[in-house]
Amino acid sequence: MRRGTEATLALLAAAGLLAAAWAAPWLKFVLTIALAKGIAVLGILLLLRAGQVSFGHALFLASGAYAVAFLAPAAPEALLLLPAAALLAGLLGLVVGLFVVRYRDIFFGMLNLAISMVLYSLLEKLYELTRGTDGIRVEPPRVAGFALTLETYVWAMLVLALVLAVGFGAFVRAYLGSPMGQALAGIKTRETRLEFMGVSARRVLLAAYVLSAVMGGVAGAIVGMTTRHVTPLLAYWTSSGELVFIAILGGAGGALGPFLGAAAYELVRVYAAASFADAWQAILGTVLLLVILFAPGGLWGVISGLLGRRAGRAA
Amino acid sequence: MSGALLEARGLRLAFGGVKAADGIDLDVLRGEFLAIIGPNGAGKTTFLNMTTGYLRPQAGTIAYEGESILGLAPRAIVRRGIGRSFQLPQLFTEHTVLENIALAIAAREGLWSPLAPLLRHRWREEAMEILGRFGLAALAEARADALNEGARKLTDIAMAVALNPRLLLMDEPTSGVAAAEKMAIVETLVRVLREAGVTAVFVEHDMDVVERFADRVAVWSQGRIAALGPPGQVLSDPAVQREVIGIERHA
Ligand SMILES: Nc1ncnc2c1ncn2[C@@H]1O[C@H](COP(=O)(O)OP(=O)(O)OP(=O)(O)O)[C@@H](O)[C@H]1O
Ligand SMILES: [Mg+2]
Repeated sequence: MRRGTEATLALLAAAGLLAAAWAAPWLKFVLTIALAKGIAVLGILLLLRAGQVSFGHALFLASGAYAVAFLAPAAPEALLLLPAAALLAGLLGLVVGLFVVRYRDIFFGMLNLAISMVLYSLLEKLYELTRGTDGIRVEPPRVAGFALTLETYVWAMLVLALVLAVGFGAFVRAYLGSPMGQALAGIKTRETRLEFMGVSARRVLLAAYVLSAVMGGVAGAIVGMTTRHVTPLLAYWTSSGELVFIAILGGAGGALGPFLGAAAYELVRVYAAASFADAWQAILGTVLLLVILFAPGGLWGVISGLLGRRAGRAA
Repeated sequence: MSGALLEARGLRLAFGGVKAADGIDLDVLRGEFLAIIGPNGAGKTTFLNMTTGYLRPQAGTIAYEGESILGLAPRAIVRRGIGRSFQLPQLFTEHTVLENIALAIAAREGLWSPLAPLLRHRWREEAMEILGRFGLAALAEARADALNEGARKLTDIAMAVALNPRLLLMDEPTSGVAAAEKMAIVETLVRVLREAGVTAVFVEHDMDVVERFADRVAVWSQGRIAALGPPGQVLSDPAVQREVIGIERHA
């Protein structure tokens, strides 16, 4: 996929998203959450490039959301809360990463899961601090100094999420094409060779891990400010599974995949939950099965395949 | 400064009962091409593995440029200037040949800029130039897992050369290369290495290659060095011929 094509598609998608939010106001909430999860899944994508699947990345999303919940009373400003959440999640990512990047494959996946479950139980048990399963309410913070009406606030969150999504998407795209990103792919195919080129594979993976944690934290901050209520469920293993699900659904081949996957996931979830309350998980399961069987490149794989074929015919 | 670039003394390493290194003493001299020959399982690869930090000897010392490199990780040893190619090529199979080389160049420069593309102009140019020297330019865009054995071997060596090593250890650079193209490939290789002033140690099973390109030959046998000297002298030694070459000469 050429760089220009992907950028054009991203801009078209962004414009389409804003138009949809304009036409159907209730969509704003769903789309903001989808963009946030897409950002978290971008981080998952980096690790997937190294052949590693984290089943615990909700850890970072939750830590970003709780950072917002804890800090909002003292610093009620979205543009401060976001970087604070990113920093906190990044530091947490560094600490956890130093440990987990020593492991590969199933051990990597399961260690991430285990650590996220530790955080989950802490959030649940430390009632004094976290109010347990009741969770913490978040008052809408100011945005760039403005105290907004609820309607404007919801718009502001959507636009903020969109800007961050485009920014992180462009960053991840460039990162994957750089030596650091290509070395990630080298971890998947021939890790020993990296060592014999003088490169520490662990450090390459650690860099990606910290970045993925930062993106998880940013996603969590958006989720926290948008839902305005954070609970330990954000760190539960099903939330981590959801991120992996979205990664596979959207496709790991490009930076647009996570957002396609997240949008599809959230929309199917909302529609299916409303129309078939008992069956929506079965519907999602079926969708995932179909993707794995018939479109292993995910939604993005299907779309870029179609575009590639058109370009091929035009040439 | 002595003439030895690498000095190994009393290296020992046993796997269970198998003595893969049983007291190896060897100096690799600056600028020489040293061939290592010997039957399968003699411990040739084990010597390279110990020298590059992949295996740690149970006893003995290894010094490079007069400094011990014992206990250093492979990547630390590589950064000191010891490169290595592999008996089984170790390529990034999902990347193109060009990307494999460019990644080695990027690694050498330690330039892990997270935003500049791997195939930026300067690295692409240098990678193409290296591929050109190895006669691989036409395969630049081929995926590494689509190459035949000979091209994979050469790409593997080109990646090691891209790191600008001063000492290059090559494990059977010509095995798997079709007989018809073998001599041409070795000639290219030797020219590239001589031009770059690289000292080379190579494990080799083809005695014609050894005779023509090695300055000295070390004969490995059951974890020991059974003979060491110029090819003319060593290869005509009846004991060496019986033990090592006899079966392989006609191959
Ligand atoms: N990591 C290892 N673990 C156990 N045994 C090993 C290991 N590496 C080598 N050996 C054994 O040590 C002996 C020497 O092996 P090595 O690979 O060094 O031989 P070689 O001379 O390179 O042989 P070839 O010509 O077949 O490549 C063999 O018996 C081999 O099985
Ligand atoms: Mg060997």
